[in-house]
Amino acid sequence: MKRLWDPIPLRGRVVLVALLAALLIAPAVLDRYLISIFVLIFYFTLVGQAWNLMMGYAGQLSLGHALYAGLGGYVAALLWFYFGIGPWLGVIPAIAVAMAFGAAIGWLGFRFGIEGVYFALLTIAFAEFTRIAFDNMAFTGGAGGLFLLYEPKRAHEWWNLRGGPLLFYYLSLALACGATALTAWLARSRLGYQWVAIREDQRAAMALGIDVFRAKMIAVLISAAMTAVGGVMLAFYYNSLFPAQAFDISRSIEMILGPVVGGLGTVFGPIVGAFILTPLGEGLIAVTDKLGIGVPGVKAVFYGLTLMIIISLRPDGVWPWLKRLIGLEAA
Amino acid sequence: MSALLKVEGVSKRFRGLVAVDRVSFEVVEGAIFAVIGPNGAGKTTLFNLIAGDFPTDGGAMTFAGDPLDGLTPDQVCRRGIARTYQIVRPFPALSVEDNVIVGALMRLADVDAARSRAHEVLRQLDLYDKRQRRASSLTLPDRKRLEVARALATGPKLLLLDEVMAGLRPTETDRMVAVLREINRATGMTILLIEHVMRAVMALASHVLVLHHGAAIAEGPPEAVVRDPAVIESYLGVETV
Ligand SMILES: Nc1ncnc2c1ncn2[C@@H]1O[C@H](COP(=O)(O)OP(=O)(O)O)[C@@H](O)[C@H]1O
Ligand SMILES: [Mg+2]
Repeated sequence: MKRLWDPIPLRGRVVLVALLAALLIAPAVLDRYLISIFVLIFYFTLVGQAWNLMMGYAGQLSLGHALYAGLGGYVAALLWFYFGIGPWLGVIPAIAVAMAFGAAIGWLGFRFGIEGVYFALLTIAFAEFTRIAFDNMAFTGGAGGLFLLYEPKRAHEWWNLRGGPLLFYYLSLALACGATALTAWLARSRLGYQWVAIREDQRAAMALGIDVFRAKMIAVLISAAMTAVGGVMLAFYYNSLFPAQAFDISRSIEMILGPVVGGLGTVFGPIVGAFILTPLGEGLIAVTDKLGIGVPGVKAVFYGLTLMIIISLRPDGVWPWLKRLIGLEAA
Repeated sequence: MSALLKVEGVSKRFRGLVAVDRVSFEVVEGAIFAVIGPNGAGKTTLFNLIAGDFPTDGGAMTFAGDPLDGLTPDQVCRRGIARTYQIVRPFPALSVEDNVIVGALMRLADVDAARSRAHEVLRQLDLYDKRQRRASSLTLPDRKRLEVARALATGPKLLLLDEVMAGLRPTETDRMVAVLREINRATGMTILLIEHVMRAVMALASHVLVLHHGAAIAEGPPEAVVRDPAVIESYLGVETV
């Protein structure tokens, strides 16, 4: 912990503590709707950090991360649905299944030198195949979806993630903080250095003794595990799962926009990205509804335009620029 | 003194072209050994074979008595052979310091220990004051130094240097020669270098191998090799020594 804390300049520590304190007491003044937006911000921080480890640090482009969230959510939800096994326990097999799929993708991709765009296509293919499989499996509810009963008498069972918005607010906040701390720790570790070396120049990394296959594999496994945890939380938050949504490529894209906008390969980029994009998306829904132009597609167009503007203005992401702006750049 | 690196009848063909043609030599532990020869002679390909970039088409190589054949580049490096690239390959978005830390982390698991080691190496190569700069912002001579620093930081027994003096001014060349000589003297590190700059070869190497069209045409102490008629005709004749 100390090693993560020490390199942060004093001003950064003040901002960080103040922000965390504000987020801890914020639910006192937030209404249900705003709390639900914060839950999404924290969720996207968590999965954004997961994807950032793979792309921002290790340089491996995944466009199928919905796979890990979907699998995680389905495994934990099915265990609860059929056997009454709570998600606090179910999260372990959920992580294991997601990691097994990650291992399969990683092994195929890295062993056979499938790189860049082709690796991304491989990740999409796995997500799509899984979606089709889940569409056709009866015990997962098929295309019609899987629904978890919301029983008011169990609403106090927070350990089973049966509870209201406040429970999910604090849970998702804790997970987002945990994911950020993990990223910060990994980024300063030997493994983190190996990842950026591979991202920058794989051949040179190899010539310096780095076992590239192993390092990339670990990146996929950690990333899949973190994303699965997010999927478990989301499944119990929404109490429903549909293959067409859980595994859709738009879900994967949603996850990667935060880190891209916030700043790839930075610890705080995914947080900044989630804080910009989630309210933006929700705000656009609200505005277009109010103006009566809530036709499907209008939101997407505005969203896409805003993204294009942000990315063209800050191609390295908002965070590196913001960091300089508020004087946090380490001298 | 025993042979640290032994190369026996090694060949490499690219389609029809024989880039390395049954080359044999031995590098004694603690030596500074130079490989010279005109462009396209197969020098870099020979390095790539030793470093495990691609398999040989015949022949055998041993390092400290163990076969090198079939090892991947990272395994070769972990055995104790570090190499630089003729066309330098720094990690462009990383700082100079972080580039060298990556090298130092091969033997050191702890990042702080690797940073101190990196600082030592950066001081040796006169890059310490530029350690916070992005590698992509360096001039070519500095990139060449960074390439050497990064390889040195892995703590190799054998250092392969591919034309690290090319593009340096004479004073910079002399400085690099002094640095390499000092490392060799202080640590006993064996150095195998490809070099066009004869001034550096003569000053550094105790032994020279001359390649021409992939084949070894001469070998011996530098003073003898530069007087060899075959060498003068194939190579040195065109570049005044
Ligand atoms: N990867 C490769 N594929 C095909 N031909 C190659 C490759 N590497 C080198 N060559 C050829 O092999 C010959 C020797 O090249 P090289 O080893 O780079 O020479 P040198 O380093 O002595 O200038 C050249 O004709 C070069 O074009
Ligand atoms: Mg060459």
